[in-house]
Amino acid sequence: MIEMQDVWKTYQDGSHAIRGISVRIEKDDFVYLVGPSGAGKSTFMKMIYREEVPTKGQIFVNGFNIGKLKRRKIPFVRRNIGVIFQDFRLLPKLNVSENVAFAMEAIEAPKKIIKRRVPEVLELVGLKHKLTSMPSQLSGGEQQRVAIARAIVNNPTVIVADEPTGNLDPETSWEIMRLLEEINYRGTTILMATHNKDIVNTIRRRVIAIESGQIVRDVIRGDYGYDG
Amino acid sequence: MTANTMTRHIREGSKSIYRNGWMSIASISSIVISLFILGVFILLSFNLNVMTSELDSKVQIRVYLQLEVTQDEVALLRTDIGNMAEVSKVEYVTKQQGMDLLEESLGEDGKDILSGYTDETNPLPDSFTVEVKDPQTVGMVAKKIQALNETNAAQPIWKVKYGQGSVEKLFQMTKMIRNFGLILVAGLAITAMFLISNTIKITIMARQREIGIMKLVGATNSFIRWPFFVEGFLIGLIGAVVTIAILFLGYDQLLSYAATNLSFIQLIPFEEVWLMVGSVLLALGILIGVWGSTISIRKFLKV
Repeated sequence: MIEMQDVWKTYQDGSHAIRGISVRIEKDDFVYLVGPSGAGKSTFMKMIYREEVPTKGQIFVNGFNIGKLKRRKIPFVRRNIGVIFQDFRLLPKLNVSENVAFAMEAIEAPKKIIKRRVPEVLELVGLKHKLTSMPSQLSGGEQQRVAIARAIVNNPTVIVADEPTGNLDPETSWEIMRLLEEINYRGTTILMATHNKDIVNTIRRRVIAIESGQIVRDVIRGDYGYDG
Repeated sequence: MTANTMTRHIREGSKSIYRNGWMSIASISSIVISLFILGVFILLSFNLNVMTSELDSKVQIRVYLQLEVTQDEVALLRTDIGNMAEVSKVEYVTKQQGMDLLEESLGEDGKDILSGYTDETNPLPDSFTVEVKDPQTVGMVAKKIQALNETNAAQPIWKVKYGQGSVEKLFQMTKMIRNFGLILVAGLAITAMFLISNTIKITIMARQREIGIMKLVGATNSFIRWPFFVEGFLIGLIGAVVTIAILFLGYDQLLSYAATNLSFIQLIPFEEVWLMVGSVLLALGILIGVWGSTISIRKFLKV
């Protein structure tokens, strides 16, 4: 569960990225974040996993007040949030299994559990047959699946995805969406920034539109609402 | 932290030493150079200390007498000197005893040089060896003994000799060498630290992406820092071990060279110094390494 109360984010140069946003995202929600480039979507998401700190207002993620979090507690809140990017961000020198295992090693999970869990998650994303492939040998869609596997391997309650289909062809994008729906179905909140009109208008979910740092629209089964 | 995690940190730290190649070698070399110089200075000042304290205990005045002095005058002088408050011991050394002592101090080589002299042709004068209670008074006592000549018509004293400042000079030299060494070593240690922090910086830059992902999935700061800490530690450790090996081999060579060729110099045997010197260098090497990496971690790893 994510809650924002009158959140402002002002950068050093005085520009306001977010201007007084209040919103509540429930546990089972699948939310599309739409809006023009530079409207504040990325800042909105970065504040959730505390890459950015709000200048004013409060953000609660799973009950933790993100803005007031003690430095050494940040890692533990992040363990409940999986992040997915447009550019996948895999480690090129590690193979598929190692890339996913890396996320578990980083939180010091026991070896035994890592060994069992990694193939399990890779099977879920449909890469059971590519455990030892290197990222460079994979297609874009496959790389994004590895990134998704890495994001969910530690069982987060929230997935934050910044244009996860931005670099993929339409067909692959649909596959990735089916995967995200599946993850959402299993009880994980999904917050996804996107410019993909077809996806938003076909898989109808909650749509939050941000313009100039403010929420201009929040519809339970919304549409994309912009041209192109 | 579990054993698994620790193993991982050590593995990652060692890997990046290997990956950084020349930068690691430069860092290790800089540690080796500074520690080696420090080690040389430690050994040098140890040996000088022993030499000076040995000299200190040997501070004595030699009073050489004229060749034609009578036994009565010898006895008179002996009581005069013995009566001085500062004097602790007066010993009469006949010319034969003087020859024996000389022979002894020259060792094997001396036998040949001195073999030409018989008791009759012995050129050495009779002498007194005077020891004083306090080494500081040596100069003053020597003057007082010299002055005895003026009240004695026979002028039985030929020459009065003592260390004449050599002890003080040696002390001063030790101190100078020590200070100079400390400044040099401090400068080199800072250079080494700078090089190490640079090496670690390169590691951090090269792993920016990895670190970013670690942060994202919720790795703790200490988890992220450990491999870099290990890297610095290992660089310091390797540097110290290499230094110790070079230094000890060198000292061993010096000892065996000195034993055969410089028999008048008594060097401290290896067994008495290795533990102290070794542990100082090891501790310092590791300290420099860890310190260097800490600087980088703090500066470049905004975790």
